[in-house]
Amino acid sequence: MIRAEHIVKSFDGRVVLNDISATFRTGTTNLIIGQSGSGKTVLLKSLVGLHRIDSGAIYYDDICFSQLGFRELKAIRREVGMLFQGGALLDSSNVEENVRLPLDLFTSQSAEEKRERVHFCLKRVNLENVDHLYPAELSGGMIKRVAIARAIVLNPKYLFCDEPNSGLDPMTSVVIDNLIKEITEEYNITTIINTHDMNSVLEIGEHVLFIYKGQKWWEGTKHDILHTDNRELNDFVFASTMAKRAKACSQIHLDEP
Amino acid sequence: MKNNLFDLAGRYFILMGKVLSKPEKRSIYGRRILAEIASLGLNSIGIVAIISVFMGAVITIQMALNLESPFIPKYLIGYAARESMLLEFSSTVVALILAGKVGSNIASEIGTMRITEQIDALEIMGVNSASYLILPKIVATVLFFPFLTILSMGIGVAGGYVVCVLTGIVNPEAYIVGVQSDFKPFYITYSLIKSSTFAFIITSISGFYGYYANGNSLEVGRASTQAVVVSSIVILIFNLILTQVLLT
Repeated sequence: MIRAEHIVKSFDGRVVLNDISATFRTGTTNLIIGQSGSGKTVLLKSLVGLHRIDSGAIYYDDICFSQLGFRELKAIRREVGMLFQGGALLDSSNVEENVRLPLDLFTSQSAEEKRERVHFCLKRVNLENVDHLYPAELSGGMIKRVAIARAIVLNPKYLFCDEPNSGLDPMTSVVIDNLIKEITEEYNITTIINTHDMNSVLEIGEHVLFIYKGQKWWEGTKHDILHTDNRELNDFVFASTMAKRAKACSQIHLDEP
Repeated sequence: MKNNLFDLAGRYFILMGKVLSKPEKRSIYGRRILAEIASLGLNSIGIVAIISVFMGAVITIQMALNLESPFIPKYLIGYAARESMLLEFSSTVVALILAGKVGSNIASEIGTMRITEQIDALEIMGVNSASYLILPKIVATVLFFPFLTILSMGIGVAGGYVVCVLTGIVNPEAYIVGVQSDFKPFYITYSLIKSSTFAFIITSISGFYGYYANGNSLEVGRASTQAVVVSSIVILIFNLILTQVLLT
């Protein structure tokens, strides 16, 4: 479980996150949604420690993450996996080397054990026979899957995903969403996903946090979203005509006796 | 972001503190050092060889044209060409050229890793990204640049000999006598100390500009240019300091 308490973060005097508190449960896909520039990426990067918060506290289970020193932070980061927007695979390493890197650095496993673990993780994300390929030779969906394999190779307790579906077609997006959800449940991971893809929200949004102008504006589940009367959330989620119609249909069905 | 000299120097030394901290796993660094020797060192042999052979040839021609006096023995042309190569060209001029080739390569590589979040990914894994990315490059160049310097010395002197043979501007035997006369082995040591120092300067400064690049590809290009300019200036300053300290 990850708990944020009254987080405040500003850049050059401009407050980007204003008093945000939330609890992200283990074994659940927690989604942070919001418009571009609302502060959701800053929130995710603050939660993972890439930004130092101005005030407030972040707890990883019972450990106050935001107060940790360099060594403790380094230790806990080995329990963290992160999927970046562009995958962030090392360009100079092939798929196998990318996934193996955390094992090389932080375990004393033999070469054979590492190879087995790498292949297991690649198989788990439905990738096979791609070990020798370099990131430049992979499609967007494959890059995301390799990045997921790298993120889970050390059996993390916490998984962060920054816009996992950006740049992917709708079908591949669903595959990635379901993969993240399955992995979260299978390994009982605390997963936090930053997205503005409404398909993801309605597909895997077990716990959704809506950020608006740097503040926590709404919190609930994917089912609650369909019935909320929160104007800003409705404007955001049902921005397109198609989404508005879909909502209207769903309400008609719900209102039927 | 502040960019005044003190701020830059402060951030540079903080980064070097991170770079020179104890490596996570020595075996990984060993492999990375070998890869960097191949990438930054072996791949520079060609350009160093080409520049050195022409440099040696041009120095010899210029010496021959400027020392045309019956009172000056011809073998001094070989002597002067050798001393020029040993003392200055094979270390300083080659370093300035490598600042362009290797420095821009390092700054753009690390800068691209920064803007595509590859460095963030390493940090999230708990890796000391500064050390992981920059230290192997520093070790590789500090170890390998002296070999390039020695190579440059040999090829430069040989270039002078070739021009003597081809043009007859100086008697080749007189050139060889000059090359062998009054040889001071310390000049080799002096040149190697300089090349190792310049290697550190090029790699660390380029790594610094790449590591702190942010924004987009334009910023990476700018970081790359700054890395080359600043490395070149610092090389010239340290050339002066080392010459004063080691030769006087």
